[in-house]
Amino acid sequence: MSIWKYANPVLFMRTSGRLLPLLVPVTAALMLVGLVWGFFFTPDEMRQGSTVKIIFLHVPSAMIGINAWLMMLVASLIWLIRRHHVSALAAKAAAPIGATMTLIALITGAIWGEPMWGTWWAWDPRLTSFLILFLFYLGYMALWEAIDDPDTAADLTSVLCLVGSVFAILSRYAVNFWNQGLHQGPSLTIDQKQHVADAYWYPLMISIGGFILFFVTMVLLRTRTEIRARRLKALLARERMA
Amino acid sequence: MNLSVTDLAVARGGLPVLEGVSFTLAPGRALILRGPNGIGKTTLLRTLAGLQPPLAGEISAPPEAIAYASHADGLKATLTVAENLTFWARIFGTGAIAPALAAMNLAGLADRQAQNLSAGQKRRLGLARLLVSGRPVWMLDEPTVSLDTASVALFGGVVRAHLAAGGSALIATHIDLGLPEAELLDLTPLKAKPPGQGGITGAFDEAFL
Amino acid sequence: MIALLARDLRLAIRAGGGFGLGLAFFLIVVVLVPLGVGPSGATLALIAPGILWVAALLACLLSLDRIFALDHEDGSLDLLATAPIPLEGVVSVKALAHWLTTGLPLVLASPVLALLLNLPASGYGWLMLSLALGTPALSVIGTFGAALTVGLKRGGLLMSLLVLPLYVPTLIFGAEVVKRGATGQAVDSPLLLLAGITAGAAALLPFASAAALRVNLR
Repeated sequence: MSIWKYANPVLFMRTSGRLLPLLVPVTAALMLVGLVWGFFFTPDEMRQGSTVKIIFLHVPSAMIGINAWLMMLVASLIWLIRRHHVSALAAKAAAPIGATMTLIALITGAIWGEPMWGTWWAWDPRLTSFLILFLFYLGYMALWEAIDDPDTAADLTSVLCLVGSVFAILSRYAVNFWNQGLHQGPSLTIDQKQHVADAYWYPLMISIGGFILFFVTMVLLRTRTEIRARRLKALLARERMA
Repeated sequence: MNLSVTDLAVARGGLPVLEGVSFTLAPGRALILRGPNGIGKTTLLRTLAGLQPPLAGEISAPPEAIAYASHADGLKATLTVAENLTFWARIFGTGAIAPALAAMNLAGLADRQAQNLSAGQKRRLGLARLLVSGRPVWMLDEPTVSLDTASVALFGGVVRAHLAAGGSALIATHIDLGLPEAELLDLTPLKAKPPGQGGITGAFDEAFL
Repeated sequence: MIALLARDLRLAIRAGGGFGLGLAFFLIVVVLVPLGVGPSGATLALIAPGILWVAALLACLLSLDRIFALDHEDGSLDLLATAPIPLEGVVSVKALAHWLTTGLPLVLASPVLALLLNLPASGYGWLMLSLALGTPALSVIGTFGAALTVGLKRGGLLMSLLVLPLYVPTLIFGAEVVKRGATGQAVDSPLLLLAGITAGAAALLPFASAAALRVNLR
């Protein structure tokens, strides 16, 4: 049994249909616990006061904002190489979620930045990169919308996603080069010791887990919608042929 | 140098239009495609020219042998007749354009800009491109549109000369080109059937049903 | 391929080819900026590198949709795709022709416009060098955008949305070279990075552009 069998739309629909009833409550529970714990049951931080609690929205949404693009890149590659429709549709489904998460990260960042740095917006490299990432999402979604034929659209957006990824990374380094910035270093890293106190760490991890599951659930739901739309299109096409 | 097509199916806009197309085109032969509007003649020719992938079946053609002439002539309005033709001759790496101009009766117009040509003259220039391409297999999509009877006869002669020189031609047309030796292929019975009624399966949107 | 280049250049120069439009646009943007910002020489000198680069970028963008759209309309793109030259070559030549008709005039005209914006004298050489190194990347990236949107009815606006984010690194490094050059700082690292982007884009993007073109011709 290989993972590629799930690239069959029918099997994907069946499996995801069974998975979703489990995923939705777990996602809701994790997000609820993470956010409620984070907002109401953590101490105020010494310097930042209660403003720090926006971290429970800001960090997870920023992570999803970046990783959704990464997932789209992988899905686009799979489509280009193996021509699995589900993969292309999953990339399409992920884009608006990634864009929304990027926007949430930008907005929560602005709300956090005002009390901390005294400004809603600064042309800090991280903020700027996120804004540019948001523009990439917009272009990607616009291209999907503009093309009628679904396979053509899948091909072109996949190529755009590939090229866009390279330029997104280039932009990231260019922006770093351009301005050293205000934003603190990453709060969470895999290889270094943790920068966040335990009191924040646990609810933050739960919140991140919730956001990841939220992303997965939404992508599954939206991919199912896209597959249904394609099925409808195929049925209509047959009716026209007959 | 045969062009042979086996059990070809082609699609337009994601829908199969023709299936089970099979024929062989030998050097010196011409094949005329017939069929009502919308049957898929243009789609078939574009597929054979390599501009779009077939839905199913096989095309075996010698590499870089096909010269394709579509509805559009690919002329640049601000270039002269000679400049337009020289450009294509250089792209295809062939030599003089004078024989092609003479064959299509364009020699007197060589210095005129393409935007000042009549529709029929433009069409003749578009067909002259085939002669400078130096390729043996011609694929012509309604080549006689906007040509007058004299020009049709002229073009018929050009095609016959091409066949006599060992070339071949695949022509989608409704008009009698004066090529009695050409074979006919009527595409009407090859119209793709809906998948439920014995049409091709697999390569289409079945995965979603 | 030389034939294709010669034809594109000739078409650009003949009536209706649009040669010089980009240059005129560049001039207008540069004239409008002081009208909006105010005539203070010090302010203008400060923002001149950025304005010149942004104006050059927009001037480049303006003519991108002509790269393939005209050839697509009159059918020559189909014919070129069946011609014996590889589509990657066609795309590269198209980008080169675009640069020769848009980017190169911008490079040559830039000192005059820098004068209008009161750029310090030490920045002139760097401005021309950075534009000469960076505008080819703009043409190559733009050709990719044009290839993506070639069949679309209203592709122009969409293409801007697709292409402009891709221009970010080129813009940053290009303007940085001029900024540092004008104030007498070391320019070698942004200059090398700019050259690197141009070289990388020119080497790899034609493959993506040709792939997009093939899909669009289908």
